[in-house]
Order: sequence, then C-alpha cells, then structure tokens
Amino acid sequence: MSILSMTLKEMSTALKDKKLSSKELVSFYSDRIQKYDGDLQAFLHINENALKQAEEIDARRAKGENLPALAGIPIALKDLIVTDDMPTTCSSRILKNFRAPYNATVTELLRKEGMVVLGKLSMDEFAMGSSNETSYYKQTRNPWDLSRVPGGSSGGSAASVAAGLTPVSLGSDTGGSIRQPASLCGIVGLKPTYGTVSRFGLIAFASSLDQIGTFSRSAEDGAMVLSAIAGHDPKDSTSAPVAKKDYTLDLTGYVKGLKIGIPTEFFAEGLDPVVKARVEAGIAKLRELGCEPVEISMPHTDYAVSVYYIIATAEASSNLARFDGVKYGYRAESENLYDMYTATRSEGFGAEVKRRIMLGTYVLSAGYYDAYYIKAQKVRTLIKQDFEKAFEKVDAIICPTSPSTAFKFGEKSSNPLEMYLSDIYTISLNLYGGCGLSVPCGFDGKGLPVGMQILGKYFEEGKIMNIAHAFQQASGVSTDVPEGFKE
Amino acid sequence: MSITDKDVRHIAKLARLKVDDAEVEKLADELGSILGYIKKLEELDVAGVEPTSHVLDLYSVTRADEARPSLGTERALANAPEAEHGHFKVPRVIE
Repeated sequence: MSILSMTLKEMSTALKDKKLSSKELVSFYSDRIQKYDGDLQAFLHINENALKQAEEIDARRAKGENLPALAGIPIALKDLIVTDDMPTTCSSRILKNFRAPYNATVTELLRKEGMVVLGKLSMDEFAMGSSNETSYYKQTRNPWDLSRVPGGSSGGSAASVAAGLTPVSLGSDTGGSIRQPASLCGIVGLKPTYGTVSRFGLIAFASSLDQIGTFSRSAEDGAMVLSAIAGHDPKDSTSAPVAKKDYTLDLTGYVKGLKIGIPTEFFAEGLDPVVKARVEAGIAKLRELGCEPVEISMPHTDYAVSVYYIIATAEASSNLARFDGVKYGYRAESENLYDMYTATRSEGFGAEVKRRIMLGTYVLSAGYYDAYYIKAQKVRTLIKQDFEKAFEKVDAIICPTSPSTAFKFGEKSSNPLEMYLSDIYTISLNLYGGCGLSVPCGFDGKGLPVGMQILGKYFEEGKIMNIAHAFQQASGVSTDVPEGFKE
Repeated sequence: MSITDKDVRHIAKLARLKVDDAEVEKLADELGSILGYIKKLEELDVAGVEPTSHVLDLYSVTRADEARPSLGTERALANAPEAEHGHFKVPRVIE
C-alpha cells in the first residue's frame, strides 16, 4: 500500500506492528515537499530535525515503549502556532525571523503525542484574508489548479494536505479560515467549538473568535488529531472545561434519525449554481443514510459579515498593538519613540492588516463605539439566538462552505469587500461559537472541489464528524491528491 | 458612509500607523465602502438585546497564586531588536 493513500489509523497500526518506521514516513513526506513545494509554495519553514525526531520515536518503539496512537506520524502547522525550534512569522514582515521563546500548548501536546512536525505553513498575513494573497512571503497555490487560490487564511495548511505533502495539518479559524480553504482544496477541515483547543501560543487575531482546528483527508483522521489536541488548558483562561476524550469513538457511521437543518438563507442569491447542486446532492445522500432534512430559517444571516468585520477588526486592532518594534520582531530605526512605533508598524504590516487595524480602531474610537461596536455585539446575540433556536429542532445544520469554488489569483484582491463576502457562509458559526466542518461533496465542471458545511452545537464535534464520516463512507467523493501530485 | 481624509489621518494616528497622502485617499474610499456595507446593521432594532462579548459561560477565571518558573531575562530578551543591561532598549522618549 502506498503511504499516500494510508489513513492515520493505518499508519498508526503499521508503526505499531513495525511494518513501517517513522523515519520512512517522514522521509516520504520530506521528499514530496522537496519535489512539489516549489509549485505549491505551502511551506515557510522546514523542520531540519524532523528525520532525527522520527528516528528517536523509532528507537523508543524498538525499546518496547508503549507510545500514543499518533507517535511517529508527521504533521505540519500554520505559521501562527508558536514553536521554539522554528521561526513563527504569521506570514508577516513584522515577525520576520521571530523565534518564540516557548511552545504553544498544541505544539507541546503534539510533541507529547510523538507527532513529528514537518514544518510551518504559509497563510494570509495575521490570518487576515481568504486567499493567501496577503502573505508577505509566499502565495500558496491551489493544487487542483495552480493559477487559483487555495483559500485562506489557512491556505498552506489546506493545500499541503490536499497535495499530499503532509498527512494532516493544523490551522486556525476566526471567520472560516479552516473550512473555506478545506472546501477550496477538497479536504476535510474542522473548526472545533470555541475553547475546545487551547489558544495559548496561537498568535491572536480576534480573541473571541479564534480557534485552532484540523485539516485531513478524512473525518476519522481529523478526529484522531483532535483527540490529541483538545482539552482544558490552565494557560488559556478562555479554554473550556472539556475533558479529554477519544473523538473517534463517536464515528459509528450510524446517522439514522438525525435531523439536519437546511437554512434557506444559505441557499439564496450569490451562491454558484454548481456549488448549490453539489451540496443538495450531498443532502440527498444524507437523506438516503437516514438523516431527516428539516427546512429552517436563520433570519439574521445577512448581518453576519457586518458584525464580523466590526468585532474581528476591533479585537485585531487591540491584539496587534503589541507589534511595536520594542520586544521582538521588525524595528524601523527612528530618532524618537513615537516615530519608531509608526515607522515599524507601517513598514512591518501589509496593506490588508493595516486596513483592518484602521477599521477596528475606527469602530472603537470615541463617538463610534456604541454605534458600531456595541451594536455589533448586540446583533451577535441575535445571530447566536438563531443558532440556539435552530438547534432546538435539529442535530446539525448543513449548508455550502463557500459561495464558489477556488477563484483565480487577483480576482478578488483588488476589492476588500468582495473578498470579505467570500466568507459569507462560514462567519456566522464563529459568532455563535459552535463547531463546524467542511467535507468534500464533489467537483465542479472545471474539476475544482466543492465543500459541504456541517455545523453543530457547542461541544458536539463528535456528532458532526460522525455525519461527515458516514457521508464520506457512503458518497465515495475522492480525497485523493490531484493529478500532478501523484508520482 | 463617507470617511474624510481627516478621519483617516486621525485613525492612523490612534493606531500608530503612518499613511502618506496617496494612501489617505485610497483608505478613505476603502473604509468608506466597508462602512457603507456595515451600515446594514442600522435596519435592526436591538433595543433590549444584551451584547455578546464572549460565547462561553466562563467568569473570573483565575489560577492559584503560586510562583512558577518564568521565561527568564535571557530568553525574554532573545528577540529584542535592541537590549542593554537586561532591559529592552528604545529610542529617546524625552527630548
């Protein structure tokens, strides 16, 4: 069996049975990175010690040590999760060569699990973007069509898994930054419930929305990684008191009788007809499996993008105040402190980041705070109530992930508002705080993947991943690597 | 929603960003168009609705007041653009 088509479970078993070594696995993916990343442009930093770390795992196993399920399996991280042995740049000039003096909690948990980090992945600068085009360093391409974007902001995390340069990866989702690129690259992307995975060591964008999650070929692979990284962390005061659990136990494949809500507002104007048709076919498949579709209404959906771009930018303007050239990162030389701050920030941040800091500063400024920020927080309550009401009637909500398949570089980057609207189906969930995922449900006429979104209540990751799992088993929609990455 | 050049310069100052004249006009247009879209919220009556600042029911999360190891000066200063005598060094503040 080719390593490329192995599930994490199969890798785990083969490693345990000593039919495969971690060294072989890591070499396999390192070779693929060597061969393909010139085209894909997904990796910002490569872990030079990956092979050595794999050998250490192999040696421990050879000694008879009982290792965790994912020990020896490679993974890669979005470049906003701090690691003390590699740089963390957030794809920004202001963090060029920044090497964190500590590890994120997820980095520590992966290390404890024995997973081998292959490297760090490109993203939109400070996770602000939906196409990877705002990166200061490199624009990751979509493996299905290199002239198209992989989505964003976790574009590198999605493209690297889709192209088979790593079996799994981590990303972060503030307004859809896991689900949208997963959809555009044809893989599974999970955003857990807010607070499920520690944010300690995740460089903050919008603290009330940010959440770390997984990219994988299958829901089952994602569930395995989630089991390793989820759980309460005393270092993150917004971390939820969730107990450690094995999420794969929820993947029974049995979904009969589950009520799935189909919100009319998510199938309205602006949705590509092909995407609509594929998602509807996905819903039909779920019906065949015994799910019961229920039409629901989420009347405040239309306001989500507005609320998001007030709250997220307000929080970002505050979070990004720390980048001032004093303690770390880029510094522009100046005569006095004020000029040093402004020159550092103006040269260090890219256009989109500056635009959002400006917008966030504006909505928080004297005279506008109530009209924008407080108003947005109140409408956030209404959006949250839409979800709460829906979940009184249904087990999960099904809708498209993105209004279109992957678009071309430059197609939306000249108009910020148009780019913001590409997150129209993913943003509401972050405002509510529940869990959601994107699962591939087919391809369009150009051979580009389409994703179906499954949204769930707080802490019901197991349930939505089980629906995705059942769907993947039954639908047969391929998550094989695209032509051109198969050798 | 129109944003004036003066607004842009004021916000830039608050955000400690430097914008040159060419950027001011462009930013005024872009921010104006985003704020124009956001204006949509005015349609909604939110009288009596409580604002949501955070989705989880977590209040006053504190940990035990126990001493624990910290980064230490050397690691904390490792990324400093300039450091001296165990401190971060910045350009002159008082003229």
